[in-house]
Amino acid sequence: MINWFKFSAPSTFYPLAGKLVPVFWLLAAIFGAIGLYIGFFVAPTDAQQGEGYRIIFIHVPASWMSMFIYCVMAFWSLLGLTFGTRLSGMMTTALAPTGALFAFLSLWTGALWGKPMWGTWWVWDARLTSELILFFLYLGYMALHAAIDDPRRADRAGAVLSLVGVVNVPIIYFSVKWWNTLHQGASVSLTKSASMASTMLWGMLIMALAFWAYTLAVALMRARAIMLEREANTEWVKHLPDIRRAA
Amino acid sequence: MPQLFAMFAAYFAALNRDLLLVMRRKTEVLTALFFFVIVTTLLPLGIGPEPDLLRKIAPGAMWIAALLATLLGLQRLFAADHADGTLEQMALSPEPLSILVAGKITAHWLVCGLPLVLLAPVIGLQFDLPTDAIGILMLSLLIGTPLLSLIGAIGAALTLGARGSALLVSLLVLPLYVPTLIFGAGAVESYITGLGAAGHLSLLGALLVLAIAFSPWATTAALRISLE
Repeated sequence: MINWFKFSAPSTFYPLAGKLVPVFWLLAAIFGAIGLYIGFFVAPTDAQQGEGYRIIFIHVPASWMSMFIYCVMAFWSLLGLTFGTRLSGMMTTALAPTGALFAFLSLWTGALWGKPMWGTWWVWDARLTSELILFFLYLGYMALHAAIDDPRRADRAGAVLSLVGVVNVPIIYFSVKWWNTLHQGASVSLTKSASMASTMLWGMLIMALAFWAYTLAVALMRARAIMLEREANTEWVKHLPDIRRAA
Repeated sequence: MPQLFAMFAAYFAALNRDLLLVMRRKTEVLTALFFFVIVTTLLPLGIGPEPDLLRKIAPGAMWIAALLATLLGLQRLFAADHADGTLEQMALSPEPLSILVAGKITAHWLVCGLPLVLLAPVIGLQFDLPTDAIGILMLSLLIGTPLLSLIGAIGAALTLGARGSALLVSLLVLPLYVPTLIFGAGAVESYITGLGAAGHLSLLGALLVLAIAFSPWATTAALRISLE
């Protein structure tokens, strides 16, 4: 039986995270290089969209990550509220900016892709709109967390918010979808795509892995910083080799 | 059974108290109402008085004004009770806090939501809506405004004691209002276009049931966090 709670204390998690960060950076670099190579050189030129479609290798993985990170945040929030672990709140806080970054990246690359393909930067499509709302939810989480001075309270309030948000995301998606079908404003169909070449799929999957590793690396780095900041007065921080060397 | 009665008594006590407080200071209610009227009056001034255009934007415009008017009252939902310690006494009460919270939310709806429903026909006439569409609009607001109060209460409880909470509530709550806005305004719109409003109203009702079940509970969790 593995003792899952061993690493739920910052004092044991901090060194573990320190060891994992370079590993995930390396993985991110390797997968990123492979994914970009496939994206730029291996994947065939699209018959309809020409070279412009290659933005898909950033756009789709970024969208996946933005949704996935929100679910992970909700997971940590649930864990934090049920077990009262300090680490859960730190992880949620550490993940939020990266999630917001990916949501923004997804919207931005989507706009850049939409302009040459559909002739417009933005359509009120269900996916675009719910991605934008997801971005707002990330901003709301970060604003709430920043507005409460006591970090423990901020963590718990943020946890409730992200759980409320995760229940709402599917509702928002379907409401926007039905709203969109009622209006039938945009004649663009995102789902009507030709059967995707398998190299394209592989490229996207590998880029998703790269983003995944990047997220882990950055979130762990951020979590380490948060741990030091919040636990600056504890014994384990004083006995850290890095701290003693600096002192 | 006596326990159930005690819970109902607690619910009505909380409701009664909040309504009484509001009646002693009527300006606060009237501000939100007046805000609703002013926003809906300014819109035609900004967009132009063509009846066709106004009829088209009426459902959306009135719904957005209703969202904003509900937001105005949200900060007051718990702030005063938090400041003078009443909320802590409520949390210590033998009755579940969520029952008291449900009473407060109901009071908020009666004060900030219901008047909007009753005012809607007048504003609807300003926008040249046909009479039967006004009926649908009132129905959608009747189902939708309690939903706004319920969702908003979570945001109000979360931001309690946070810096700049007034602005923060709108940032947290408005994205969560999206489905309500879509189904509420959509009901009127699809009725006008001849598709029938039943589908939208049913979905709105489903959301309301979901919110009645979960919102007092989530609000209570948030309140307990801010009372720590």
